[in-house]
Amino acid sequence: MKDKTIHYLETFGLSPIVPMVRLASGESPKRQFQDLFEKLGLPLLAIAIFLALWSFSAARVDTSLGTLPGPTAVYQQYLGLVDEHKAERLKEVAFYERQDKRNAEKLAKNPEATVKVRPYTGKPTFFDQIWTSLYTVFAGFVVASLIAIPLGVACGLNQKLYAAVSPLIQIFKPVSPLAWLPIVTMVVSAVYVSDDPMFSKSFITSAVTVTLCSLWPTLINTAMGVASIDKDWINVGRVIRLHWSKQVFKIALPASLPMIFTGLRISLGIGWMVLIAAEMLAQNPGLGKFVWDEFQNGSSNSLGRIMVAVLVIGIIGFVLDWMMLSVQKLVSPQSSNA
Amino acid sequence: MNHYLEIDHVGIEFPTKDGPFRALQDVNLKIEQGEFISLIGHSGCGKSTVLNIVAGLYQASEGGVILEGREVSEPGPDRAVVFQNHSLLPWLTAYQNVELAVKEVFKGKKSKAEMAEWINHNLELVHMGHAAHKRPDEISGGMKQRVGIARALAMQPKVLLMDEPFGALDALTRAHLQDSLMEIQNELNNTVIMITHDVDEAVLLSDRIVMMTNGPAATIGEVLNVELERPRNRVSLADDAQYNHYRSQVLRFLYERQQNPAQSSASKKPKLVSSGEAA
Repeated sequence: MKDKTIHYLETFGLSPIVPMVRLASGESPKRQFQDLFEKLGLPLLAIAIFLALWSFSAARVDTSLGTLPGPTAVYQQYLGLVDEHKAERLKEVAFYERQDKRNAEKLAKNPEATVKVRPYTGKPTFFDQIWTSLYTVFAGFVVASLIAIPLGVACGLNQKLYAAVSPLIQIFKPVSPLAWLPIVTMVVSAVYVSDDPMFSKSFITSAVTVTLCSLWPTLINTAMGVASIDKDWINVGRVIRLHWSKQVFKIALPASLPMIFTGLRISLGIGWMVLIAAEMLAQNPGLGKFVWDEFQNGSSNSLGRIMVAVLVIGIIGFVLDWMMLSVQKLVSPQSSNA
Repeated sequence: MNHYLEIDHVGIEFPTKDGPFRALQDVNLKIEQGEFISLIGHSGCGKSTVLNIVAGLYQASEGGVILEGREVSEPGPDRAVVFQNHSLLPWLTAYQNVELAVKEVFKGKKSKAEMAEWINHNLELVHMGHAAHKRPDEISGGMKQRVGIARALAMQPKVLLMDEPFGALDALTRAHLQDSLMEIQNELNNTVIMITHDVDEAVLLSDRIVMMTNGPAATIGEVLNVELERPRNRVSLADDAQYNHYRSQVLRFLYERQQNPAQSSASKKPKLVSSGEAA
């Protein structure tokens, strides 16, 4: 039972909690306290020092928008953003209630009347923007993975194909997202024309930019992973005359899963960074736009609100990476000791 | 006269940066059904290359391999291979590793229940029934190689090819596996070609020992018939005059007639598909 709990905790990267579990079960307390100090105590100490330095030095920087906010001021701003979000949600509920009531009255007077249901068009709050950014990055990342993994497998299996596309990969890999953005915007406006668009153009533009930049790490890692499979494994497949598709799904893919996941993690990290920059530059909805709007707004609260956004962007990036790592450990347990 | 397996004037050249490298020249060998053949020679002499040509993993530059009257030029389960480094897929259990081969080889010939029974039967044969649901990283090197043998046997091959199957194991484990292999051979009477550089192993297990000259352009130097009664027992054979005579004949071939070339030409050796001769 205990070992199982510890195994799951380690799978999900929650190793700081492991010593507590061991401690609770009475396992050599002295070692556990030492472990606890190393895994939990030291990071907490570092965070405390960071907060102290921040609060000390921020107070000494005067900007045109007032002094740089310290940790407490930033926390106040965070609470303010939560309040704003709640207020906005209340307004939305009230709006729909009024609309429903008006329509009901209209229908009561005249059952034939056509009633209109209009969506609420309030200003997106900080938390709405987080949500927008999250699903945009996921859309871009999923599309990138769907292209990069099959192409990577093909390149890994066929050295000639890899040699052929390698220069293209090398050239496009280092291109900054901001250079892609104008082209993507123009192409999307020209190509994505529909009367009843399922997605907004800004969403497509942001997602495509994420795709273009997060394609490469997965592609390269998958190709490397597949190319470096133990030759004997391939020969096993040849001896039992595995069909090539089974060769891919039963041998090549599982064998290169650890490398593929390394690529996916890098890709998702890049995708998240790229998205924020793209949103800032293109004024597409999302956290990037929130930061830019606050910067343009220039009230005394702005710097604090931007700092909230910076911290949230960092925490989300960390959580995304942690999720990928957990999935990797779940689907390919042998990669942890590879 | 027709033989079960014929290696007929096989030669092979590998392209290298300094021009073609001739690894094998004029290798001729006729093998009868149920024979156990050992290929022995110094590292880099091309033993593995011969095996890989029989397996179909390499294409001979000239000559060919004839199995039951038909030429074989590509890999297939009728010539199952036991690789030196077990080559089990690490994400599958022992059972699943054997299952992957069985499902492919007996597709449409055995029902699901029959396959399951066949997989378990083969794992029992190598004494691995108890660890059927363990993954390779949970079992020892000797056990992995047992599973590798079970996988090859489960293909019901016409010829079983073993590429230094016990080379990576410690002496005691190796002895255990050799005994298991003799036991299995006693029961199934497979046709086997085994590569080894262990003289005792060759004499103990084989009906014939094929000794290869050093490369480049390696070929068969001598063939030694081992006429020892079966079943053989390693302990009683240790003092057997006949056994020791065979042993010294192989040693004489290897160390007097074919000097170890490792120092002079090892660097020229082309990369082999199998992980090579770790000596």
